[in-house]
Amino acid sequence: MPVAAFPDLIPAIPEIYLAVSAMILLMLGVYSTGKQTVRTVSYLSTAALFFAIPLTVMVTDGRMVTFGGLFVTDSFAVYAKILVLVSAGAAIVMAQDYLERQDIARFEFPVLVVLASLGMLMMISANDLMSLYLGLELQSLALYVIASFQRDSIRSAEAGLKYFVLGALASGILLYGMSLIYGFAGTTNFDSLAEVFKAVNGTEPHLGVIVGIVFIIAGLAFKVSAVPFHMWTPDVYEGAPTPVTALFAVAPKIAAMALFARVLVGPFGDLAGEWQQIIIFISIASMALGAFAAINQNNIKRLMAYSSIGHMGYALIGLAAAGSAVSAEVRAAGIQGLLIYLAIYMFMNIGTFACILLMRRQGRMLEGIDDLAGLSKSNPVMAMVLAVFMFSMAGIPPLAGFFGKFYIFAAAIEADLFALAIIGVLASVVAAFYYLRIIKVMYFDSSEEEFDRPVSRDMKSILVITGVVVILFFIYPDPVLNGAELATSALFPQ
Amino acid sequence: MDGLLREYLPILIFLAIATGLALVIVTTSYIVARQKPDAEKVSPYECGFPPFNDARRQFDVRFYLVAILFIIFDLEVAFLFPWAISLGGIGMLGFWSMMIFLGILTIGFIYEWKKGALEWE
Amino acid sequence: MILQAIAFWVFASITVAAAVMVISAKNPVHSVLFLILAFFNAAGLFVLLGAEFLAMILIVVYVGAVAVLFLFVVMMLDINFAELRQGFLQYLPIGLLVGLVLLVELAVVVGGWVISTDATARATAKMPAVDQVPNTDALGQLIFTHYLYLFQGAGLVLLVAMIGAIVLTHRSRPGVRKQNISDQLARDPKETIEIRKVQSGSGI
Repeated sequence: MPVAAFPDLIPAIPEIYLAVSAMILLMLGVYSTGKQTVRTVSYLSTAALFFAIPLTVMVTDGRMVTFGGLFVTDSFAVYAKILVLVSAGAAIVMAQDYLERQDIARFEFPVLVVLASLGMLMMISANDLMSLYLGLELQSLALYVIASFQRDSIRSAEAGLKYFVLGALASGILLYGMSLIYGFAGTTNFDSLAEVFKAVNGTEPHLGVIVGIVFIIAGLAFKVSAVPFHMWTPDVYEGAPTPVTALFAVAPKIAAMALFARVLVGPFGDLAGEWQQIIIFISIASMALGAFAAINQNNIKRLMAYSSIGHMGYALIGLAAAGSAVSAEVRAAGIQGLLIYLAIYMFMNIGTFACILLMRRQGRMLEGIDDLAGLSKSNPVMAMVLAVFMFSMAGIPPLAGFFGKFYIFAAAIEADLFALAIIGVLASVVAAFYYLRIIKVMYFDSSEEEFDRPVSRDMKSILVITGVVVILFFIYPDPVLNGAELATSALFPQ
Repeated sequence: MDGLLREYLPILIFLAIATGLALVIVTTSYIVARQKPDAEKVSPYECGFPPFNDARRQFDVRFYLVAILFIIFDLEVAFLFPWAISLGGIGMLGFWSMMIFLGILTIGFIYEWKKGALEWE
Repeated sequence: MILQAIAFWVFASITVAAAVMVISAKNPVHSVLFLILAFFNAAGLFVLLGAEFLAMILIVVYVGAVAVLFLFVVMMLDINFAELRQGFLQYLPIGLLVGLVLLVELAVVVGGWVISTDATARATAKMPAVDQVPNTDALGQLIFTHYLYLFQGAGLVLLVAMIGAIVLTHRSRPGVRKQNISDQLARDPKETIEIRKVQSGSGI
């Protein structure tokens, strides 16, 4: 038994850096007693998350595997990690004001967000079922805690508890699937799994393997809140503090989606025939539920929950196309569409949640859709920005949301999934109804009370950045498109 | 494999004898002793009285915090056993990997301490 | 060999019986005690499988800590347990159905289980030979070097658990007077005690 060689730490530098900075921030927070502690830790956490982006880009040079095959970094990981880090950083910035106003500003919040982001990076970089699970648990555990961060509010506690119980169930299902896969393949490493299943290709895979894949898909579908594993989403989104909801709607979903793509295309790529139908089913179900269930919602956070379920349905179309048997180019187009969609989804959602966080009248936070009435009069700029986000979510050209859907549907058509593409278009027509309803309330209904005006500089800059990206995406889409293309090439080595 | 189980044989025998002895003692005292209980005989008398209410009292949530912090350090210690046994064979890498692990948990410990979670009042 | 078989059946049947009692005992405290019994017998099963480290961890961590935590939680909740149990019969058919479905699935999967020699070979590739190295030692040789990444990840998960437990349950109680021993020891009689001569018949 030779002693293992010292692992190459360079590919994992961003993760190590984030872990160390989370611990330093924790110590900083607990040792300093001043009034500005929370603010300082908050800003430093954001800075730490944003600084991890160049670090991620710099250390990655092609495909790098380390820690005995447990950890991988490639351009796909870099792309997904950038999205996760940006959204987590933005969530901390957006949270600051809200938490102070609700009197729950504690320095643990940004630290937990950093640790959750670390878990997400570990998920994205997982090259083994075990590291996948560990990253997922690190992420989830931190998120359960911040879901009930407003611990004196019964709804926030309920949100955290619900999320925890159902999340633990999903983890159990995931582990069951993994153990079946391990039992039949004798390995948990993605590369070895791909080899094992390549050898089996042509012959029918063992039933146990299929059951294992189904369980893994079920566990991951829970994490991206795809129907029929979506039940927790509306309640958790509604109960959790709003900036936490903003984080939930973006970062964990992107990480889980990236993981989903890596697991299905990587180790189980040759079993695409087995999992493609499942993905098609959950995609259709999510789009339909997202479109119809959101219509009757009066709470904007609940509405955003159903909206995110629907959006995950669209993103899953890309994954379904990636399971196509037509050609490698078609499969790549599916993943590329998925990645583009995720980037645009991130910008739209961060912007929308920034607007939701600014819904205040005389210091009260508002969550009802009717409360948006008269926004166009009291704050025309914000009304316009929110209208842009809603149009974009509905997929109206030339806004970014349209292009996200465009690439997804194009990939589906190339992959001969016509029915899926048509259902997707129909669902987005239905979904347009409730997005447009918000615009109608803002512009045509009136209200006596004015919205609170002073908008902090941070919020303003988030609104401006996301708004500009969403509006001007059609002029200069190259960074996202090229990034997605480069990222996709990592999953489909020539 | 068989060698391993043979090492556990004394424990098995011990368990069997302990269970057997307990069963024997209880059953013989049940069978041999004369028992004629009636309502007055089994009621508490002289120094006792019937309970006023349920003995179950609601615990403070602080017990939970203590228990969960205990579990975390219990798990930490669980990792120390295989480390201590195999330290000779795993070299510097094994040594430092445990040091880093302990470092992470020490950060957590400092946090707990400064937060006052280890104090009762 | 026969002793091994007897031990297996005894441990296995007590485990199952205790597990049934966990969910059917009237008093939740009894449930937790039965859970401990189940843990002990599961530990016996682990020993029979040759996983002695796991068996000991099961006792140290699960019996020693998790079961105690369960007891605390049971005592912490303010629930009328008789009321809680009322739905039991009502949900029994559904529960049985779900259990049956899971059992059938397991049977289907395990029924056709062919452990290919490849799978076993791959699974045991990293392991030290079972008959030469004791169980705990073998684990130690893998966890701290080959699986270093997962080991450190586990450390971070524990850190998050610590932070989470404190964030959610710890309340600093203002106005609590604590004994500060170092302050007490640092007190100097010269600064705190003043001796004055008091004239009799007049105050200070």
